[in-house]
Amino acid sequence: MKHTEFLRIGGGAGFSDDRIPPAVELAELGDIDYLVFECLAERTIAREQQTKLQNPSKGYTPRLQERMAAVLPACVAKHIRIVTNMGAANPESAANETRKLAKELGLGDVSCAVVTGDDVTELVRAHPELEIMENGLPVESLLPQMIASNAYLGADVIVKALETDAQIIITGRVADPSLFLAPMMHEFKWSYDDLERIAAGTVCGHLLECGAQVSGGNFADPGKKVVDRLSELGNPFADVAANGSFSISKVAGSGGLVSVATVKEQLLYELHDPSHYITPDCVLDVTDLELIQLAKDRVQVLSARGKPRTPSYKVTVGYDDGYIGEGQISYAGPNALERAKWGAQIVQDRLKQRGFSYSEFRVDYIGMSSLHGLPENKIEPYEVRLRLVVRTPSKTAAQAVGFECRALHLNGPTGAGGGIDPLVKSVLAVQSVLIPRHWIDSKIQIRKMGS
Amino acid sequence: MIRLHDIAHSRAGDKGNTSNISVIAYDTEGWEIIQQHLSIEVVKEAFVHITNGAVFRYELPKLQALNFVIEGALGGGVTRSLAQDPHGKSLSSLMLSITLMNK
Repeated sequence: MKHTEFLRIGGGAGFSDDRIPPAVELAELGDIDYLVFECLAERTIAREQQTKLQNPSKGYTPRLQERMAAVLPACVAKHIRIVTNMGAANPESAANETRKLAKELGLGDVSCAVVTGDDVTELVRAHPELEIMENGLPVESLLPQMIASNAYLGADVIVKALETDAQIIITGRVADPSLFLAPMMHEFKWSYDDLERIAAGTVCGHLLECGAQVSGGNFADPGKKVVDRLSELGNPFADVAANGSFSISKVAGSGGLVSVATVKEQLLYELHDPSHYITPDCVLDVTDLELIQLAKDRVQVLSARGKPRTPSYKVTVGYDDGYIGEGQISYAGPNALERAKWGAQIVQDRLKQRGFSYSEFRVDYIGMSSLHGLPENKIEPYEVRLRLVVRTPSKTAAQAVGFECRALHLNGPTGAGGGIDPLVKSVLAVQSVLIPRHWIDSKIQIRKMGS
Repeated sequence: MIRLHDIAHSRAGDKGNTSNISVIAYDTEGWEIIQQHLSIEVVKEAFVHITNGAVFRYELPKLQALNFVIEGALGGGVTRSLAQDPHGKSLSSLMLSITLMNK
């Protein structure tokens, strides 16, 4: 630890394509002990599992090298340890690539420790009776289309990786807050019996896991909530004391804002029952939380509470869910909405004539109803963009909607402009199940590479 | 008549097909208004064209905030939705469009 009173942990990224310079700023100017990157969305692992099947040396977060190359020089020079889930479906390859990169950058032999064992695909396949949390049905129906299943591991396995003294810890699926809690448990020797501290560390991780969303991002509202220099937004760090009290701040001089209001918004982000937020490390209760603005861009957080962790791991089951096809085209000026509506009807008629049917067909009038529903009762804007989207198991049927939409240029109502190339994407959807911890605890492995 | 946007701020999050939308008062006066008047029924009415799913309401008096959990709001879930905004990030703006009858 660089500071005698506290441990400083930086939040380097909130998603896989997040800005990179704020993490470099944290490493170079933030005086941080740890830099944590959360880069794994719900379905990313299953997607990367497919990549790995095609190329066994891939399957980690695609922007790994770019991100690591940017922060490694400062992290090595300043002895900052990195913790990240950028390993996705292939933490070993991610570690190999990172070590190779460090050598190429002239930084020498940088040690990595990888955590594996979150892949429970075969285990889920062997237990068709597992209940899908979202709808209560057995997971059996998803098994033929299943691509990968991964368990959200907790901080304990990351602590074990930290105990190897490797400078960089690379995991696959772990719960996002656990990435941040682990360095605290490791440095302060907290155990799972220290419920208040585990709860505090989990809140801290929850606040940092989305990067700049706690330091002024996804917050500003002109004239209402003022935030300066969003193009130079600083990412957050937390100063955590051994007793679990902590404050959130950011590098002095960076853009953005850390206020009681920004912290409240991020605190409740993706939380359901605020007295019962389940993570692999505890069941968190934030209803008694106290937030104090200690100084400009610094908020102290006190009084997190928690109950012991549950005996289960949550598992994300990724499965092939067919195709989505999309087309878009614009209408403007007098009668724009009427022509857009007619265009939508024409495309639907054409698709029917061609023998295609769809399990879902969505019609949006962008500028009127694409985000929040019905176009009725809204003032007609100068221009309307028609968006047609379908769901189907057939790639051909998915493609057809985009082609028929673009054909409106010549064959539909007057003045249709700006049709896009037909879009088709294969859908990798996810559902969740719970599995007992003891099914996999013995299979979780830590491996250190380098000295 | 008070528009929520004048007295509170909001952020929407996603989990599967469920949206959670916080409503955080700017001050104590605003908190008293939302605590008293921003009921499940009011929110259901505002979101009726998005979903008929269950709506849960949690109070956080110390933070002067409410948290609404709205089931079925994300077009089948983030990973499979046909919607333009599958995460429902813009739903916080729909929430702040709500106008409350204040006494």
